[in-house]
Amino acid sequence: MSNATNENLVNLAAARAEPGQTTELGATIGDVRSKNPFVVAENVDVYYGDNHAIRNVTLEIGKQEVIALIGPSGCGKSTFLRCLNRMNDSIESARVSGTILLDGQDIYSRNLDPVALRARVGMVFQKPNPFPKSIYDNVAYGPRIHGLAADRAELDQIVRTSLERAGLWDEVKDRLDDAGTGLSGGQQQRLCIARTIAVGPEVILMDEPCSALDPIATARIEDLIDELSEDYAIVVVTHSMQQAARVSKRVAYFHLGTLVEVDETDRIFTNPRHKLTEDYITGRIG
Amino acid sequence: MAMATSTTNRQKVEAGLSRRRRKELVFRYTGLLATTVGILFLGVFFVDLFGKGASAFRQTYISLDVELSEAVIAPGGEPDFAFADFDGLVRDALRKLFPEVTERSQRRELYRLLSVGAAYQVRDLVEQDPALLGTTQTLWVPASANVDMLIKRSEGEPVEDDSGQLSVAQVYWVGQLQQQELLKKGWNTALFTNGDSREPELAGIRGALMGSFYMLLVTVVIAFPTGVAAAVYLEEFAPRSRISDIIEVNINNLAAVPSIVFGLLGLAVFINWASLPRSAPLVGGLVLSLLTLPVIIIASRAAIKSVPPSIRDAASSLGASRMQVVFHHVMPLALPGMLTGTIIGMSRALGESAPLLMIGMVAFIVDVPAGLTDPATALPVQIYLWADSPERAFAERTSAAIIVLLGFLLLMNLAAVIIRKRMQRNW
Repeated sequence: MSNATNENLVNLAAARAEPGQTTELGATIGDVRSKNPFVVAENVDVYYGDNHAIRNVTLEIGKQEVIALIGPSGCGKSTFLRCLNRMNDSIESARVSGTILLDGQDIYSRNLDPVALRARVGMVFQKPNPFPKSIYDNVAYGPRIHGLAADRAELDQIVRTSLERAGLWDEVKDRLDDAGTGLSGGQQQRLCIARTIAVGPEVILMDEPCSALDPIATARIEDLIDELSEDYAIVVVTHSMQQAARVSKRVAYFHLGTLVEVDETDRIFTNPRHKLTEDYITGRIG
Repeated sequence: MAMATSTTNRQKVEAGLSRRRRKELVFRYTGLLATTVGILFLGVFFVDLFGKGASAFRQTYISLDVELSEAVIAPGGEPDFAFADFDGLVRDALRKLFPEVTERSQRRELYRLLSVGAAYQVRDLVEQDPALLGTTQTLWVPASANVDMLIKRSEGEPVEDDSGQLSVAQVYWVGQLQQQELLKKGWNTALFTNGDSREPELAGIRGALMGSFYMLLVTVVIAFPTGVAAAVYLEEFAPRSRISDIIEVNINNLAAVPSIVFGLLGLAVFINWASLPRSAPLVGGLVLSLLTLPVIIIASRAAIKSVPPSIRDAASSLGASRMQVVFHHVMPLALPGMLTGTIIGMSRALGESAPLLMIGMVAFIVDVPAGLTDPATALPVQIYLWADSPERAFAERTSAAIIVLLGFLLLMNLAAVIIRKRMQRNW
């Protein structure tokens, strides 16, 4: 969506504003703090060249918490997600300012290797992207490059545990040597989740993990997110309001690079405080 | 209103239909015509080439009862392979077939029916099996090129000379030999086992083939790793800047530089400055690797670019370092493309002759090269040399050498296609 259209929408929203509801894009409404913060983003700005993609976002993400990032296309939710494991590093024009702490450690500090960071912050992508290798090698790749297993038996165990946690073991245990790319879309996405878990991360980032999947596969992934939240902090970017409502504990609404509103999931869907949030969750901005 | 509009619209569409169909037909037949013309030219080329060259794979042999006389071959008890008169033995054997020829000048004419290779054949026979010394052996020895051409021209018919290369007496003798069934046409082994020669019936492409082989060896050893490494660096590690843009443009320019310029460069740098030997496959290979390097770099970069970014994202999100992403994921997926590019570059190098002229590989070299620094020619240069020779027998050998060269090119391109088909992965 172009900027002009977005501004029109803002104006439209302003015209419709009810008394007591603000329409200004300013300070974030709601509680950006978490009781048990694990990932802390303070005043984060991201620029792609001249394009100011993320504007002064502050957000805390708790341990064992699922937080959903929602908002219209181009609102910066994916960009924010990719800041958390420094995937933006590979884009040459990208520039990040502000601080992001992972368990108290600055992830943009000079003496932190992005390789070490990504071992702690895993990521699942929009389109399932298994390596063109066997199912076993897909899962074993992360542990191998980080040297997590001392011998083959230990590696086998990691692969098995990861596939079990991703709910894929029973479907693939007899064909671990088959190509990962030969699985169905939903299975591929669970394979990608198993691959991420195998490295033993503390945070899992998911960038619209179900947008390429059918409803049944989506339901399985959502159940999986629920189970995984016992052990990991999970950040899910999603376009589906229902999905956000089903899987997340908290919801953050982004608009034009600004974090508009953050709140408990129940609260934000029943009682949005910002006009733009309301318009989005009721389907008036898409 | 709406009805009226739709009717006129339909009429307009129908009015234009036949014009559209006609245009499509014209276009289709133009394409068909172009393809036919192309295939026709290719057909004429191949028919001509094989028509001229196929006969070079056969050679005429004369049957002689050669007496391997001890007195001639081993005058001092031990066989003397360097100086014994093997020529005399062969001539004696031929003379026995025509006892009526006594005059010296006539005898000399008679001897010219034989190739000088006949004596070498007898020598090699004795050298391999000294026990034959003192016996009389029936041997098929090569006839001279003029007799060979005469026999090939007059398939099965009583011989009749029209080239003016043979005297009336010689033609008569050949006819006699043919009647007594002492002439036969057999597989021309000399073409594949010998180096170059002034005598067409002894000239072979072995030397040129080995020269080409050594050159390609040097080229692949140098150009493949260098080209791939350059492509990986430029695609994966080099920062995008003005300098990298300039490098990119210049690699593309390099691919378009005429090959003779690379030959001059090789002459100046490798021979004049680095004092490497002239006419050596080593220098040829170095020059050809400069020539193929841009081709390999461009093909490899395209192959790397075609690896989907999702694979890179997946690997780096798991914590793979940049090098691990490249070597574990990008390279295996890009390898088929890189190999295809390399083979196509190699087949271009195999067919290249212009740069080799500049570094002295266009010489009359009889010995088959045994190493990288031995003087050598290459297949295309050999073709050029033979095409320049006045003897008619060299004309058919030129075509034969072209057939062999085309055969190798075809094999290499086939290998490229097979590699691409076999190793291609879907994701």
